[in-house]
Amino acid sequence: MTIAIAMSGGVDSSMAAALLAENNSSGASSGSPAVVGMTMQLWDQRRLPAMMDLEEGAAPARASGRCCSLDDVYDARRVANFLGLPYYVVNFEEQFERDVVRPFVESYLAGETPIPCSHCNTEIKFAQFIETALKIGADRVATGHYARIRRDEESGRYRLLAGRDPSKDQSYFLFGLTQDQLARTMFPLGEFTKEEVRTMARQRKLPVAEKPDSQEICFVPTGNYRRFIDAYLSEQGKRPKSEGGEIVSTDGRVLAQHEGLENYTVGQRKGLGFATGTPLYVIGIDSIKHRVTVGSNQDLLKSRLRVRDVNWVRPLDEGKSMTSQVKIRNKHLPAPARVEAGENAEAQVEFASPQRAITPGQAAVFYDGEEVIGGGWISEVLG
Amino acid sequence: MRRVYLDNNATTAVAPEVFEAMTPYLLEDFGNASSIHWYGQRAKAAIEVSREQLARLLSARPSEVVFTSGGTESDNAALVGIVEAARSEKKHVITTTIEHNAVLHTAKALEKRGVRVTYVSVGASGIVNPKDVEKAIEPDTVLISVMHSNNELGTLQPLEEIGRIAREHDVYFHTDAVQSVGKVPINVEKLGVDLLSLSAHKLHGPKGVGALYIRRGTALHPLLYGGHHERDHRPGTENVPGIVGLGKAAELASEHGTNDALQIGALRNRLEEGILKSVPLTSVIGDRSRRVPGTTNISFEYIEGEGFLIAMDLRGIACSTGAACSSGSLEPSHVLTAIGRREQARSSIRFSLGRFNTAEDIDVTLEILPRVVEQLRSLSPHYKKIAVTI
Repeated sequence: MTIAIAMSGGVDSSMAAALLAENNSSGASSGSPAVVGMTMQLWDQRRLPAMMDLEEGAAPARASGRCCSLDDVYDARRVANFLGLPYYVVNFEEQFERDVVRPFVESYLAGETPIPCSHCNTEIKFAQFIETALKIGADRVATGHYARIRRDEESGRYRLLAGRDPSKDQSYFLFGLTQDQLARTMFPLGEFTKEEVRTMARQRKLPVAEKPDSQEICFVPTGNYRRFIDAYLSEQGKRPKSEGGEIVSTDGRVLAQHEGLENYTVGQRKGLGFATGTPLYVIGIDSIKHRVTVGSNQDLLKSRLRVRDVNWVRPLDEGKSMTSQVKIRNKHLPAPARVEAGENAEAQVEFASPQRAITPGQAAVFYDGEEVIGGGWISEVLG
Repeated sequence: MRRVYLDNNATTAVAPEVFEAMTPYLLEDFGNASSIHWYGQRAKAAIEVSREQLARLLSARPSEVVFTSGGTESDNAALVGIVEAARSEKKHVITTTIEHNAVLHTAKALEKRGVRVTYVSVGASGIVNPKDVEKAIEPDTVLISVMHSNNELGTLQPLEEIGRIAREHDVYFHTDAVQSVGKVPINVEKLGVDLLSLSAHKLHGPKGVGALYIRRGTALHPLLYGGHHERDHRPGTENVPGIVGLGKAAELASEHGTNDALQIGALRNRLEEGILKSVPLTSVIGDRSRRVPGTTNISFEYIEGEGFLIAMDLRGIACSTGAACSSGSLEPSHVLTAIGRREQARSSIRFSLGRFNTAEDIDVTLEILPRVVEQLRSLSPHYKKIAVTI
């Protein structure tokens, strides 16, 4: 068996590669290697010169980029070499732009707050990457995600579980995996905590053992989305359509004007551009009327939402419902809710108690304990 | 696992004789060739022997050979050097769209300095038409630079005719011969070139050393400043072991040239015909008659080159998609794009053979390759649709 491990140059995927290399040896007859290291080149950090400048206060190392920067490829190659693995860089820039970056920009412009990592997992890492891995003769792929896959012996289905370390669990970003993809995927870090991974990396003297974790969306290393969107749109020869509009209160009073929906996200308090006596928060963004609604913290609390493009890892029949714990953003603690499967891959979620800042564009992921039942994209907050 | 190396256009293995010739100059004869003492004299003498060996391979005078750090430096030195030395106020340079980036990027840099550059286009054969070069000449043309053998296709450019044209119009003529020296006979007189770039590691010499042939009387400004080495053409302490290696590699090429060409050409044809026969939907890119013996560029429809390359490598066979220098870049090969084969650019594979390839190498390749192609195609949705009809 040959396993292709996706290596980003960070400590997690490097340690995942190390574990695979230690636990698998080359096929004696074929001579084909047991583990092959690969880096997906997704985005050229040099592409948008406007993004290359140092952000105010940003250390040079950060501004140089996290994902797909030459430094990261260098690190991944160094680790592969250290582990004695064959190593290749495969270029998915075209697919990444088409399936991740462009939808990200469009979603922002429509007033949503997208999470590109989930799209990247579904469209790139577990689609393109698996396809490429099979093409080069690998049977399985592995990544450094903190999540676990179990095969249910009775049904033959694959189950997706949260990583053992609750503080690092990344199953939220993996709800889109299909049965085929799960069958071909390994998460060597699923049983470990981040602490243990660091320690193991240090014990093995991996060249990246002390490398800091990445925090931001990989293609926006500075974390300044607004600037990225501007730079991307102007590279595309498009003027940001930044249509201004009204900022209104919950009772419909116009409080101020805004300069574009992409500056706002649900729950946002700072940077509204005007001051009032009581703290105000963005509670809704209407991309058709180009209107931002603001209200009190209390107004942010909502219970019902609609979810589109749902992937059921554990099937739930149309019209059926179940009690579940639902997570509406990565750092959200799963909250008890009733999930009902609708038609056209939709679902409705009703929380037992209201949740703060339910944000269209983010993913809602349904859990049964530590198991991912399914998930999709929040399309509408119902009330 | 048996490993087969079919990427000799990227680089070649150092010949054992070359290695042997170089070793003393890394150890006991370590002198600086500019030093007056015995050590310096040993080094200087070795460099001059190498210069003669290389001059013989090119049918040039030893005094016309300048050692450099390799093909890229030689190309830069030729283009920049001629332009800088030219007295005319306006300057124009002619080159082709299929040159190596060492020439193309230098030409782009010259454009930024106000030099006009004409990039003569090349058709599907991968061979430039000399008439197109002639038509591009303008009153202030100072240099024509046309490569000898194309690195991706192996096609040989009609240098003799272009040389005649250059002479008639009194324009300097440079050729990037990195991919032809050691593979086909080179005679700078017959080719009519004023400048010729070459690199040692493409002819079983070491990396990091090359040469620029500069015809006597050619007005050329140096690229670097810092000393009077290499007749003021190239300052810096000479890379003595490298230069000795290049000299030996040139001597071997002079001795083995014809034999190598016959052997390598026969193996290349065996590989090419084997692939065309055993793998459907394949074709050779570029002219098949006028090219160096060791190179073939084959398009495999419904194959994506990157995956093919990795799959082959994991089975022990090293080949490439286009130039090694552009690996990891998404841009389709500028050469294939230039000759109107952009569509095939991502599905074309270059196999390049050298002196050390054997018939067994080819047999092993022909055994593994069709299975790899089938495996990749079986995962291509486009291929599945048409596979029924084959």
